[in-house]
Amino acid sequence: MTTSLRINGTEHLVDVDDDTPLLWVLRDVLGMTGTKFGCGAALCGACTVHIDGAPTRSCITPVNGATGAEISTIEGIGTTEIGKKVQNAWLQNEVVQCGYCQSGQIMSAVALLTNNPHPTDADIDEAMSGNICRCGTYMRIRDAIKLAIDGHRG
Amino acid sequence: MMMASDLLGGAGADALVSRRLFLKASSAAGGALLLGFDLLADVDRAVAAEQETFEPNAFVRVGRDGRVKIIVPYVEMGQGNYTTIPMLVAEELEVPLDAVDAEHAPPNEKLYGNPLLGGVQATGGSTATRAVWKPLREAGAAARTMLVAAAAQRWSVAPSSCKAQDGEVVHPGTGRRLTYGALVEAASAQPVPQSVELKRPEDFKLIGTSAKRLDAPAKVSGKAVYGIDVRLPNLKIATLAQSPVFGGRLKSVDDTKAKAVKGVRQIVRLDDCVAVVADHMGAAKKGLEALDIEWDDGSHRNLETADIQRELEEATLKRGAVAKEVGDVAKALETAARKVDATYQVPFLAHATMEPMNCTVHVRPDACEVWVGNQVIARAQAAAAAVTGLPLEKVAIHNHLIGGGFGRRLEVDGVTRAVQIAKLVDGPVKVIWTREEDIQHDMYRPFFLDRISAGLDGSGAVIAWRHHFAGSSILSRWLPPAFQNGLDPETIDGAANIIYGLPNFRLEYSRVEPPGIPTAFWRSVGPSHNIFVVESFIDELAAAAKKDPVSFRLSLLDHQPRAKTVLALAAEKSGWGTPLPERRGRGVSVQFVFGTYMAQVAEVEVTNDGSVRVRKVVCAVDCGTAINPDVVEAQVQGAVMFGISAALYGEISLKNGRVEQGNFDTYQVLRLNEAPTVEVHIVKNNEPPGGMGEPGTSAVVPAVSNAIYAATSIRLRRMPIDASALVNK
Repeated sequence: MTTSLRINGTEHLVDVDDDTPLLWVLRDVLGMTGTKFGCGAALCGACTVHIDGAPTRSCITPVNGATGAEISTIEGIGTTEIGKKVQNAWLQNEVVQCGYCQSGQIMSAVALLTNNPHPTDADIDEAMSGNICRCGTYMRIRDAIKLAIDGHRG
Repeated sequence: MMMASDLLGGAGADALVSRRLFLKASSAAGGALLLGFDLLADVDRAVAAEQETFEPNAFVRVGRDGRVKIIVPYVEMGQGNYTTIPMLVAEELEVPLDAVDAEHAPPNEKLYGNPLLGGVQATGGSTATRAVWKPLREAGAAARTMLVAAAAQRWSVAPSSCKAQDGEVVHPGTGRRLTYGALVEAASAQPVPQSVELKRPEDFKLIGTSAKRLDAPAKVSGKAVYGIDVRLPNLKIATLAQSPVFGGRLKSVDDTKAKAVKGVRQIVRLDDCVAVVADHMGAAKKGLEALDIEWDDGSHRNLETADIQRELEEATLKRGAVAKEVGDVAKALETAARKVDATYQVPFLAHATMEPMNCTVHVRPDACEVWVGNQVIARAQAAAAAVTGLPLEKVAIHNHLIGGGFGRRLEVDGVTRAVQIAKLVDGPVKVIWTREEDIQHDMYRPFFLDRISAGLDGSGAVIAWRHHFAGSSILSRWLPPAFQNGLDPETIDGAANIIYGLPNFRLEYSRVEPPGIPTAFWRSVGPSHNIFVVESFIDELAAAAKKDPVSFRLSLLDHQPRAKTVLALAAEKSGWGTPLPERRGRGVSVQFVFGTYMAQVAEVEVTNDGSVRVRKVVCAVDCGTAINPDVVEAQVQGAVMFGISAALYGEISLKNGRVEQGNFDTYQVLRLNEAPTVEVHIVKNNEPPGGMGEPGTSAVVPAVSNAIYAATSIRLRRMPIDASALVNK
């Protein structure tokens, strides 16, 4: 079955089963490896992408559920104003350690700030609690989100 | 519109291109011995600079463009090696950090073995910084000395009248200057100096600064290439099911339905494992689920955690190997005014690195290539050679950035498994473990059980300390010569070298290997267990003596001024002794492990339903020279979160020989909404650096447990924390 996907503004045709998780289409079929596999069960957030702006766990999202939608991934997020701001805040705050979960963290943070430009601490907790970081960069993630909002270190 | 097959954009393509360039450069240079595989995103420039470089030693390459490549012998798994190690070289070489590219060292234990880990080319035990501190600065200084000598020769002046700065040699007397790039050839002709003079700490420009991480830009843009991201032409993806009971065998498998799954190419059967090879992981997973597998569970089919616990308990009642003995404990206990006895235990723990286990292998009749992120790449090479029967030099290892190690990737079981599968597959195959396989076939932090007794005199002073514990010795398998007379230094680390001055002391250890359960290093290794026991028990003794936990510890540390300093500092910064609301408490710990002094004060809140929230952790650390203070701070923050995960949730249990946990719902880890504030205070001095990857983990567990005691008067002697014991306390 050929499926058409619009990813970071470009159309792609893929030939996979309808129920194939979007994650594996991105990574193994299209070679966009910035989106990561962590759990396969929407428990860790490493695979987070945006589907029509909504943060979505691509590891449990069947590819046919994303047809006709605007899919954004870490590879394209830097072209948006908020995406760039968040990436810069991540760099300025030296968030990353191993870095493996950070694509997903950034995608969740960008979705949060796009929908809610002035989140409270509770909003940040809620939006980010689905993204696990085993290196434990949580404090810096929190601070970087605040830095991205107002340009000050949190 | 592009078809999938046209797409080679993104990080994967970078990896393909860089690999080709790498192979080309290697052959141009006459062999790969001194070259590695550059895995940071911006590789082309680094590889291009490979031609005609100044190569004074195994660690430094200066290109004609003046860029410096540093061959980093220790892998990057988040701990900052790709920044702090280049800083050491750049400091002595007198180049700015942005002129430096980091590159993985290839497998070569002669050149890159870790002197602190028995010569194994391993990154672990918080040893990297300690191992490179002198040799890598010397490597930079040697290169600088040769560049200066080359310039001096050209100008016919004394080398001592020249100086190196910012990637140039200058002759202040005449204002002449030459870039390092222009000196590549001339410097190569200089003799390698027998000894070099290292800079004095007061002259450091980079060491001691919070230089930006060199690996960060690629990691925030999705361009960083981890082992799991490798792309190759005609690459297949495989996932696997291993015997759910350790030591079990594959009896039969019906693959009819799996073969019908679109994209599934092959089913591989091994003695104790089935793998589904497919065009992509989605198909491989679907194929795996469609398999009808029958296992022969073998002799461990009835194993339960309680069986292991019982065995350890019995072992501690017999005589163990005496790790350390001071004075006469038995006699001192007889005369004690008060005796305190306790039993502690800690569970098996999984590593749960964010990047699940994976390894890509291409086996050809005459060669084998392996793409992986691993902490012991020379062992990875040997493992692949053993499975294929090929000589070592026919096995190429391309090491990658690691999406979390924590000790898991100090093992090569994943490499062995992937090569076994790849041997039966035509073409390259990437073997990816599902999260469930990753957790259920981890090699675990051992289960330990401790019996401990102490005697106090009438004034509350500790006059006797007797400690006996049982559990697995990882080193006896990992580095057999290190296991002598029933003991190894890692397993007893933190218990034998206890920091307190105790007049009568005895530590015994009984090695008991859990049947079938593989054990391995886990962040903070021996101290992950021992510091929990020692720092909890010393807290019990303070309570028995009716003394404040901080002043009680301070009174036992007169011979340890650096430990005393960090303890006093953590207490002061945490507001130790100031009042807290109901059901809140502060707990303290102090330790000297991995060459670093550390004290932590944790502040916790225990709700009426027994759940524990760690609000704040204040850490004072003396790690000697803090090469990059921001990296030190980050390591403490992260290690604290790692330890709290274990304290609150961490437990691998066995039922019917099977691991009961499978994913992040049953093996929970700390999340952002639960994360405490971590405050780090670094004691500055010019002592040699201590390790920083691990101490924060061992220190936080007892600090949290002691804080729970302060809040509730409940002493927890088992990890993880049992919330049911804390209800309404």
